[in-house]
Amino acid sequence: MIKFFQQIVNGLALGSIYSLIALGYTMVYGVLRLINFAHGDIYMVGAMVGYYAARIFTGGGSATRLGLVLLSSMLVCGLLGALIERLAYRPLRRAPKINALITAIGVSLFLEYFGQWLFGADPKSFPDLIESQQAFNFHGVVFNNIQLMIFIVSFLLMFGLRFIVQKTKIGKAMRAVSFSHVGSQLVGIPINRIISLTFVLGSVLAAAAGILLGLLNHKIDPLMGLMPGLKAFVAAVLGGIGNIPGALAGGLLMGIAETLVSGYISSTYQNALAFILLIVVLLVKPAGIFGKSSQEKV
Amino acid sequence: MSGFSFNDIYNAYTVHIVVLIGINIIMATSLNLIIGYTGQFNLGHAGFMALGAYSSAAFSVFAGPYLLSILGWSPLSFAEHVGFMAVGAHSSAAWLPASVAEQFVFIIAILLGGLAAALSGLALGLPTLRLRGDYLAIATLGFGEIIQVVIDNTKSVGGATGFTGIPRYSSFFSVYLCAALTLWVVGRMTRSSKGLSFKAIREDEIAALSLGIWNTRVKVTAFVTGAFFAGVGGALFAHFNNYLNSGTFNFLKSIEYVVMVVLGGMGNLWGVGAAAIFLTILSAALRRFSVWRTVIYSLLIIVIMIARSKGIAWKFWKKKEKGVSLSS
Repeated sequence: MIKFFQQIVNGLALGSIYSLIALGYTMVYGVLRLINFAHGDIYMVGAMVGYYAARIFTGGGSATRLGLVLLSSMLVCGLLGALIERLAYRPLRRAPKINALITAIGVSLFLEYFGQWLFGADPKSFPDLIESQQAFNFHGVVFNNIQLMIFIVSFLLMFGLRFIVQKTKIGKAMRAVSFSHVGSQLVGIPINRIISLTFVLGSVLAAAAGILLGLLNHKIDPLMGLMPGLKAFVAAVLGGIGNIPGALAGGLLMGIAETLVSGYISSTYQNALAFILLIVVLLVKPAGIFGKSSQEKV
Repeated sequence: MSGFSFNDIYNAYTVHIVVLIGINIIMATSLNLIIGYTGQFNLGHAGFMALGAYSSAAFSVFAGPYLLSILGWSPLSFAEHVGFMAVGAHSSAAWLPASVAEQFVFIIAILLGGLAAALSGLALGLPTLRLRGDYLAIATLGFGEIIQVVIDNTKSVGGATGFTGIPRYSSFFSVYLCAALTLWVVGRMTRSSKGLSFKAIREDEIAALSLGIWNTRVKVTAFVTGAFFAGVGGALFAHFNNYLNSGTFNFLKSIEYVVMVVLGGMGNLWGVGAAAIFLTILSAALRRFSVWRTVIYSLLIIVIMIARSKGIAWKFWKKKEKGVSLSS
């Protein structure tokens, strides 16, 4: 039983990273109806930038150092997200859907291969910004301080996002754009700027996720974004795409399911699990756990 | 410029590329039926190819020798199977010439590969084709990944280390015969009245439904037929390479075929064939840039998609119809 709860704790840590990535997918899908395949690779770039930033910022306590690394990586990824939207997706906004989808895949491949050239193809070991130690022990279930930090950072970021989306004017504009492009334009919302901003917000969260994974796994490489990206997308679908609390729940569920499968069955089926889960969810409740199903009309 | 001598045509590498072009024509045309004509995003076409490749290869490796020993004349085995002792049967002539016997095994292997892929297409298509657009894309993508995991964990076909010792039955002629057959069948199907219902579903699913088109059935038909030919392509590929590795049939492979379909023009039979030829040659030509090859290829995908968002062939086609333009 202790093993089971330990797997759940590990799954929650991994799951909150998935949730952070899934939020970016959900937000972009909400405003553009586009699966931003490059999102997983932005998360990779986030981890890589964090790796180099940690080597630059060597002084200070571990908290300030972590803060600086997070901020610099978020800045770079935010800019990268806006750049990708401007150069690759905006020209295709009126094009058939499949073209946009393939462009997104093209951007993803580009980031992966260019990353292999830029950062080198072999894995890097992410520096220990925080010394790993046992935070507390609850009847044999161990909580690591890195796991706790991951919960705290990701939940702070998610509450920040929820605040922006629900309470600010920009968030209101984002919700309006996701409802209708034409309608938003009619009431004077600069939709291009709002879409850019959505990409920036999503990429910032992905950057944070990349660094958190670096702290958790210590191993980062240019192809690390591929599978987590797809899994986070599945998590977003699981929770109901376009729905922010849904992405959170979907990510946590995905993380737990994955650690349970690799703990009790075999880690080789870990990657297949996400897709089996996806197919099952789409069959049982295509709108996701929190999604509303809508009647389609001609 | 260096001369292009006649010998170059028979250069092993050139033959390799030419055969690969044929296989890619089969793959792109079969995917064209699913994406181009019927409008169903399929990002797992390489999964069907893998199933066709592995099941056909398993047939010719495990059942092939036995079948050949029945077909091939040897006095002992013939006597055993038919039950009489031939007088003076010590002739070395085969009942079927060796190559014909092999071709016979090969044809069964191809059909088996196609059928395996078609069955999986049916199993995948029936539940998932209710999904629209992006969801279907991700579900099929997942199917491709699951197939890879399953192959990696199946020890009898080599698992993650790969499947070796597949007889080399594929030739230029068999590949191009199959390519021609694929083009003919897909061309015929899409020009029939059923073909119109493919296009109707692509244009507007709900409107098609209201016209009495049985959406699911038409979509599954397109899916299963496309999967069948993808399996055939896989079988040809397996018997050309002698070696299979699940990594060959990854997500990138599926994307390659999708790019062929979009570049050639969705639902344009000859355009997609031409795009298959063009992209295969391009990817072979980029090989000399080793590290940069993949970077250039991914950039090209983006540029092609932005520059010609309706496909190359589509523009040539549209120029003929003067004055009429549906899109702005």
